[in-house]
Amino acid sequence: MPSSKAAPSTRRVSLALATILAAGCFVSVAAQQPAPETPPSAAPQPPPPPRFVVLLDAAHGGDDPGGTLKTQAEKQFTLALSVRLRSLLAARGIQVVTTRESDSTVDLNRRAEIANHANAQACLSLHASESGAGAHLFVSSLPPVQPARFSAWKTAQAAWVTRSLALAGTLNSSLLQSGMTVTLGRTALLAVDSMTCPAVAIEIAPERGADHQTTADLDDADYQARVASAITAALLEWRSGEWRTEARRP
Amino acid sequence: MIPRYQTVLLIVLVLASVGMGLGLWRQLERAHQRLLTGRDSAPTQAPQVAPAEQATLLVANDDDNSMLTQIQSLPLPQDPNARARAILGKLLDLYAAPDSAHPIPGGANSIGQVFLLPALDLQTAPTPHSSPQSKAEALHPAAPAQSTGPELAVVNLTSAFVAGHPSGLETETLTVLSICGTLHANLPRVTQVRFLVDGQPRATLAGHADLTRTYLAAEAETAEGAHP
Repeated sequence: MPSSKAAPSTRRVSLALATILAAGCFVSVAAQQPAPETPPSAAPQPPPPPRFVVLLDAAHGGDDPGGTLKTQAEKQFTLALSVRLRSLLAARGIQVVTTRESDSTVDLNRRAEIANHANAQACLSLHASESGAGAHLFVSSLPPVQPARFSAWKTAQAAWVTRSLALAGTLNSSLLQSGMTVTLGRTALLAVDSMTCPAVAIEIAPERGADHQTTADLDDADYQARVASAITAALLEWRSGEWRTEARRP
Repeated sequence: MIPRYQTVLLIVLVLASVGMGLGLWRQLERAHQRLLTGRDSAPTQAPQVAPAEQATLLVANDDDNSMLTQIQSLPLPQDPNARARAILGKLLDLYAAPDSAHPIPGGANSIGQVFLLPALDLQTAPTPHSSPQSKAEALHPAAPAQSTGPELAVVNLTSAFVAGHPSGLETETLTVLSICGTLHANLPRVTQVRFLVDGQPRATLAGHADLTRTYLAAEAETAEGAHP
């Protein structure tokens, strides 16, 4: 009696194997068929242009108030400038990634992580101070190195320093055109030194005349608008020209 | 009934206790007077036994983010560590002056100590794959007394100076670079500078400039007079 029960199950297994074999043959034959050619009228599509992303890093925040300005903490000024810049850039079709959108504490390493994940073509670290005058542009003081597959976290910016200097030059031209005083320098800034993008730290100070008297304070709405417009113009110029030549680097 | 001899003993002991207490009180008064006398006679200014020499200071200017060379004449000790401290003290005295273009409170007392050590070659710093011998040579080069090569200056700042330093990217960077540049200008063998605050590492000077890294004196040279 066991043999009479085994016969139908054997048949079912054989049937299943035959079905699988038939399906395999069909797939292999179909794969050998020539692929349908594209119509001759359809021209090859050009590769999509690389997206242009700007990272805005409003320095300080949360537990870290930064410097003390006349009427507010540095963290408030940088956040307000970041929000204003984000609006101006988004209105011109530029994708913006920010490190913070509120008064929250963001670790310096986390800021660099956000920048590096964004694959941004320009990273701006926003600061403010009551000392000095106008805009202070700073690029990492790390010596430039050739890009490598792997780089140390604390010196990752070294492969991008040349591009960062070019971005600082574009910002310098735009800010000077808007009538601001601009100084350029190199510095060691923990978050910027770990960013893998053209990165510039911008510190905004009150505008002062030749006699060192303040002509525009940091809480002056017109002054803030002028600064934001000048930075936006610089980033539009950076998008239209300089960065495309070496957008894929390093 | 208390025996007579016990009453006499008790009175003697009480008198002895009172006598010793008075003696101690008097000695305390004398010691206090000696302390006050000593404080009054302490010198309020260090004697200038060292001859005056010229020192080159790189003085920062916040207005145009520049550093200008200034020659100052001041008594400098022969010991390199004390010499470096005296020069940096003079630099910070200039910053603490009321008309300073780079105002920082604190003055010369803001420099705790300056230590000069043989510099670790940053290009050949030990890696996890270096041999134990090369690691040891890199981390423990020749003894300071025998060293004639490049030196690392460890500048120990006081927490009061750091707490009073204005916060800002430009002002903090200028402070760090002017200290590095001034050390290198007067002690050419100093090629690297590190900073401590009250003997401990600190992330930033006043929220911006990185104090965890080793600064190269060459960075200050390139920054000198660097403005558009």
